[in-house]
Amino acid sequence: MNDVLNIVTIICILVITISITLLLYRVVKGPTNPDRAVALDAIGINLMAAAGLVAILLPTTRLNDVILLIGILLFIGTIALAKYLEKGVIIDRDHD
Amino acid sequence: MLFAVFLPVLLALFIPLLSKWKDKIHTGFFVMLAPLAIFIYFVSFIGTDFEPVTQSYNWIPSLDISFDFYLDGLSLLFVLLISGIGTLVALYSAYYLHGSERLHEFYVYLLLFMTAMFGVVLSDNVFVLYSFWELTSISSFLLIGYWNFKERSRYGALKSMLITVFGGLSMLGGLILLTVETNTTSIQEMIAQADVILSSNYFGLIFTLIIIGAFTKSAQFPFHIWLPDAMEAPTPVSAYLHSATMVKAGIFLVARFTPIFSGSEWFFIIVSGIGILTLCWASYVAVRQTDLKGILAFSTISQLGMIMAMLGFGTKAAIYAAVFHILNHATFKGSLFMVAGIVDHETGSRDIRKLGGLATLMPISATLAFFGTFSMAGVPLPFLNGFYSKEKFFDASLHIDVANANLWISEVLAQAIPYLAVFGSIFTFVYSMYLVFGTFTGEKKLDQLPVKPHEAPIGMLISPIVLVLGVVIIGLFPNLFNNSFLAHTAEAIYGEPVVTDIHFWHGLIPAFYMSVVVVVVGAILAIIRKSWSGIYSFIPGKLSFNKVYDYLLDQSEKTSRKITNSYMNGSLRRYMILILSAIMVCTFTVIFLTNGFAWDTSDLAPITLHEVLIALAMAIAAISTIFTKNKIAAILILGVVGYGLALLFVLYRAPDLALTQLVVETITVALFLLCFYHLPNLRERTELTSQKLTNAVISIGFGLLMTVVAISSHSTKLFDTISGYFLETSHDIGGGDNVVNVILVDMRGIDTLFEIVVLGIAALGIYGLIKLRDKKGAE
Repeated sequence: MNDVLNIVTIICILVITISITLLLYRVVKGPTNPDRAVALDAIGINLMAAAGLVAILLPTTRLNDVILLIGILLFIGTIALAKYLEKGVIIDRDHD
Repeated sequence: MLFAVFLPVLLALFIPLLSKWKDKIHTGFFVMLAPLAIFIYFVSFIGTDFEPVTQSYNWIPSLDISFDFYLDGLSLLFVLLISGIGTLVALYSAYYLHGSERLHEFYVYLLLFMTAMFGVVLSDNVFVLYSFWELTSISSFLLIGYWNFKERSRYGALKSMLITVFGGLSMLGGLILLTVETNTTSIQEMIAQADVILSSNYFGLIFTLIIIGAFTKSAQFPFHIWLPDAMEAPTPVSAYLHSATMVKAGIFLVARFTPIFSGSEWFFIIVSGIGILTLCWASYVAVRQTDLKGILAFSTISQLGMIMAMLGFGTKAAIYAAVFHILNHATFKGSLFMVAGIVDHETGSRDIRKLGGLATLMPISATLAFFGTFSMAGVPLPFLNGFYSKEKFFDASLHIDVANANLWISEVLAQAIPYLAVFGSIFTFVYSMYLVFGTFTGEKKLDQLPVKPHEAPIGMLISPIVLVLGVVIIGLFPNLFNNSFLAHTAEAIYGEPVVTDIHFWHGLIPAFYMSVVVVVVGAILAIIRKSWSGIYSFIPGKLSFNKVYDYLLDQSEKTSRKITNSYMNGSLRRYMILILSAIMVCTFTVIFLTNGFAWDTSDLAPITLHEVLIALAMAIAAISTIFTKNKIAAILILGVVGYGLALLFVLYRAPDLALTQLVVETITVALFLLCFYHLPNLRERTELTSQKLTNAVISIGFGLLMTVVAISSHSTKLFDTISGYFLETSHDIGGGDNVVNVILVDMRGIDTLFEIVVLGIAALGIYGLIKLRDKKGAE
């Protein structure tokens, strides 16, 4: 049972790493910055998955924080990037 | 003696208070009392049965440095000269310097100098001697630059400072070596171990370093150039420092160390050779000078050379003659400087071409100058002391003892010295005559002088009169101080009792013929001076040691500027290249020399495929960052490296690190985005291929270095890690199961505290940078 789980997990990790590598190609190549931003977002989601798989593999529950944190940060980061690409600023000045 | 040495400096503390009354009573009259008291105190030591006196006061006993004052005949001669002429100079300056000058400064420097000089001649401890020695350099610097609004004064002060401090530091090196060799700091104990020093490996170095110190201070060839420029000082200073006292400190030093060094043959070659060279060169150049004080400055240099030469001869008679001439020179040269000062004061000019025919207008000064110059020239008259010392000099130069000389140069030098002595003395005669007759006889040129000349006030004349009286008294009674005083001085230098009678008439000895030759040839040359003075445009012509000095100073400045500019070009890139290359060269050399590279694979963990893939992704991202031209793309790709690192932390079971890394990476990316909005686009890099190549070499080399170091340090495990302790005790001691956090806040809480402080400072700094702007600077 455990052997099967391990093998499956490792295969998943490998697939995810390949996915990250392919996304990396998109980050490097572009051609536009929004492409890169989306790719980075996708890399982040892959990271969440990878962290979860590693947690199964190790096995430990301590990496659950990491997964949640990546989720929050990704959201914030992508919003910030999107705002930057659209407006050029991330934090608006007060309108007073 | 301690009190005598420090009395002037104690008085100097009160001088600024006295300046309130300087309009009523000139400060000089108060100052005069200190050297006078000291003079009287030391006169009481004179006597036929004089014995050296030692007094000791602790200063730094742990370093064997104490105020050991040692009063023997040599020190006694010098302290009497310093205090005696000091009194006269203080009196003279009271009339010379006007009340509107910054008198308190002048007298503070002068008193400081007196203390320094007393300390130099009385100290038995070499380090105390050196301290006072440098104090003379500093106070002399202050006195030469007294009229600091004049550019020439500042130049002269700087020049004398550089040269004498150069010599002083060299001397310090010699003294330290002496201390190391003999294991004592006392000069007298060093003299007792003279054979140890002579046979020491460092003897050559010790001798050279100390002699350089003495030669720079006493303005010997080729270090004489500072003395003529020091003539920008007020005349009392020139008379005191640059004729009677400070320039004799080098003579004193050579005399003091004669018992040690005279055992070496080089002592004669160097000291006599340089001395006689100085004598000839300076007396030759003196004739060319047109400034009264310039003539006197070169005259001082040549006379010092003569004394130095006699010290080098090392025979009893020569040492006695040297001692005798120190006293004589102080008397006539002091008076001559004062007369030159009077002429300057009363006519407004020191240029001998503008002066002439002053004898009828200033009869007393003319008389004084007559005695001074004729004594300096060594004219055979029975009331001039200069003649005796000159005759003794000639006599000594004929009786140099080179019987046990091993070097041919000693023989040659001994043969040449009498001729050189006569040569130098002829020119001494010429400039002496030129000085006195050019100033006081001939036609009057009153229209060229800024002030209508008249005789000086009597107060100003007292000091030169006293000195000239000294000239005449020693001239008439040359044996007056012989047994009670000068014999002790010569004995202190030579080591054995030296008794020489001096008479005006020694019979028809060769020295007398030499004097006659000097007078006759000198007189002829002086009369026809105009017809041969063209020679100076050939020798030295445009060459001079001042040019060398200026050139050296100029070049050292230029060279150092060039060197500094060659690497400090303000480019950060250049500094990074230098720093990284230095680290690389040093570390690679050390690794190579110590065989530091180690390769041990015994405890390596197996590598998994996903680790390789993540590392590969990070590497691709890192490399593509370098080649990206879009700044947003660059920062996003850098973000991939950060997230990849976080993933590695996850794989290596470091959840806390992974959490922190993720947050920090995100914030960093956001901050970059914040900043980059305000920055211009990344430029197309216009670097040359060679620059790119350098960058590549440096970065690859540094990466290689770090790799090598990491591999080596991993392969070299000298002892076990202490992490086991933390794992075991984290729960029991720290009360927590998260070992990382227990280490951060319990085991090594101090680190965490200061990391917090760092963050706080950074936050405050950013706030300050943004909010606190200089409104004016922003414009």
